[in-house]
Amino acid sequence: MIRTLSPKLELLSNELIQKIIDEAYSILENQGVFIENKEALNLFREAGMKVDASSQRVRITAKLIENSLSSTPPSLKIYDRSGEIEYLLGGDEVHFDPGSVAVTILDSETQQERKAVTNDLIRFARLTDCLEHIHFQSTGILSTDVSEIVSDSYRLYIGLLFSKKPIVTGTFRIEGFDPMHRMLVAIRGSEKNLAEKPLAIFDACPSPPLKWSNLTAQSLIDSARAGIPSELISMGMTGAAAPVTIAGTLVQHVVENLSGLVICQLAKKGAPVIFGGCPVSFDMRKGTTPIGAIETMMIDSAYVQIGKHFNLPTHSYMGMSDAKINDAQGGFETGIGTILAALSGVNVISGAGILDFIRCQSLEKLVVDNEICGMAYRLIKGIAQRGDPIALDLFKDFAADTQFLSMSHTRKWYREEHTFPNLIDRDQYDIWVSKGRKSITDRAKEEVESLLQKNPPPLPDEETQKALKEIMLSDAQRNDMLSLPEISFP
Amino acid sequence: MNNEEFLNTVKKAIVEGNKDEALQLAKRSIAEKMDLNEVIEKGYIRGIKKVGQLWEEGEYFLPELIISAECMKAAMKIMQPELEKAQIDVRSAGKIVIGTVEGDIHDIGKNLVSSVLSTNGFDVVDLGSDVKLEKFIEKAEEVNANLICLSALLTTTMTGQKKFIELLKEKGLFGRFKVMVGGAPVNQKWADDIGADGYSENALTAVRVAKKLVEKQSR
Repeated sequence: MIRTLSPKLELLSNELIQKIIDEAYSILENQGVFIENKEALNLFREAGMKVDASSQRVRITAKLIENSLSSTPPSLKIYDRSGEIEYLLGGDEVHFDPGSVAVTILDSETQQERKAVTNDLIRFARLTDCLEHIHFQSTGILSTDVSEIVSDSYRLYIGLLFSKKPIVTGTFRIEGFDPMHRMLVAIRGSEKNLAEKPLAIFDACPSPPLKWSNLTAQSLIDSARAGIPSELISMGMTGAAAPVTIAGTLVQHVVENLSGLVICQLAKKGAPVIFGGCPVSFDMRKGTTPIGAIETMMIDSAYVQIGKHFNLPTHSYMGMSDAKINDAQGGFETGIGTILAALSGVNVISGAGILDFIRCQSLEKLVVDNEICGMAYRLIKGIAQRGDPIALDLFKDFAADTQFLSMSHTRKWYREEHTFPNLIDRDQYDIWVSKGRKSITDRAKEEVESLLQKNPPPLPDEETQKALKEIMLSDAQRNDMLSLPEISFP
Repeated sequence: MNNEEFLNTVKKAIVEGNKDEALQLAKRSIAEKMDLNEVIEKGYIRGIKKVGQLWEEGEYFLPELIISAECMKAAMKIMQPELEKAQIDVRSAGKIVIGTVEGDIHDIGKNLVSSVLSTNGFDVVDLGSDVKLEKFIEKAEEVNANLICLSALLTTTMTGQKKFIELLKEKGLFGRFKVMVGGAPVNQKWADDIGADGYSENALTAVRVAKKLVEKQSR
């Protein structure tokens, strides 16, 4: 059987990749990066790097970068809550997760943005748990019914209760790491088990240009030592917080990600790191950060290509829209981005459900985006030979009345070869009318409710629930919150 | 070159964002003892007004805006001391203290607002980013500011703007300074809810709002 080709998108020539990397190395060695974290600065000093204490500027040599790259695993596995389902992050394996972190939710009734509360986070996690093509969940929404200080631990708490899927998350404060880590350990049973079977990925964003803040550098260090994969989210804004040319922004992206990777390896050699990001093509007319811009997607695809050149697991924020409602823009920006991401072989693709520059999550969009992800998966599965011969035997008795519908070959292959989307409309016109002339968003609304009704929340066992609650409550009480919001679910 | 031509050249330097030219012309107008007020009003200010117009018309975008504002700032830095020397009463549009609230390091928008405000005649003290709330008050008292402008980009730091107003009330200073807020997550409703005096969504509307607030404040 002829090997099936997996379609691939590559925007950069090897020559351009090399030149970008060369310039990144040069900046790291000559200009360095700012690192606002004492422990990280010490790690660099101990590694013999030039550290300027007053400016907190660190110059990183090519040798240290090379060593760090060689000790970083080229792939990693993350696991679901049970520890039994594993997912490979490496090569061109593709996994989708909902975009994060939204500060509003698109109300299902009114289709307008509003602040989210615990119940929304619960619905979000439960819904994600049901969606076939979204392999991971994320702590994608901020809840406004808890003290801001514990937003990070709280969103993780709800996510761990209401979905079994591996979770993409991160800290908002240095103190957030400990309760969040303990929650993960409570699920796995021990720190060792957690390190062996990671359940969560912690995102950390450098501040463009070229700076790791105290919080984010600490997240890299703490995560590395706990065996939690760090996802580096370099987020240059072209012409504003990064060079205006795409190639220029890629240079900055490589500098920022490599410096983060070095911090991880210095904290713990062999720590799992994901080369990721959320850069944008800054809109010079509106002063906004469009994640749906084609240039944004090009930057994403290109830096991932560079990440693969470094033989690292990759991530990107793709498959999202800047539209404020579920309209055509919401559809096509997401569609284009998702397909490009899959063709680029990005290992972790964050973005499903997202509107409004990542400010808003929409449950209706999430179920629609799940179908787009399904389309992407079918695309990268490619065109297989399927049989030898391919079709000669089907035409053997070719006659005027030959039809394929009743052939056993058709019965054998049709479900493998073709997908059956759920929400996408393929009805004949009259049938569409008789069903109420619904848009995909109308059908998505019904689907959200239907999925939630049919699928009870996948809570962990009583003991684990209790352990998680204790950790969350104690974090809340340490921060002047006497009790947690009521948790209920239909 | 006659006077009118000179003034047009000054205007052009600002509109084209030509810093070297803007500085040269400033130095020249001082050296040749020209009427500095006229050079500013009919040269530089006409230039920056044209830039504002081109922005409104959708011809100029952020890079042009900020480059022209920088030219203006640089030229004014040279002209200012000369005006003071000649004891020419430079009518300032008002004193402003501006910064990004503590915990937030985003400053591109704030820098733009700061530049555009100063090119529109305001005395602007820019405290930078990650500014402690008390520092805004300290500086505003020190320079006797009319207006305090607070920027925040994150929903997690914009609450600093609310806390700031509460701090002013605590110190019995509420009403002494006008307070304006801005930043991506901020909107008019937020500004109204927290009791801020004004809000603007971009650098150019900031000028309009600032002018109105200073007027109100000095009455």
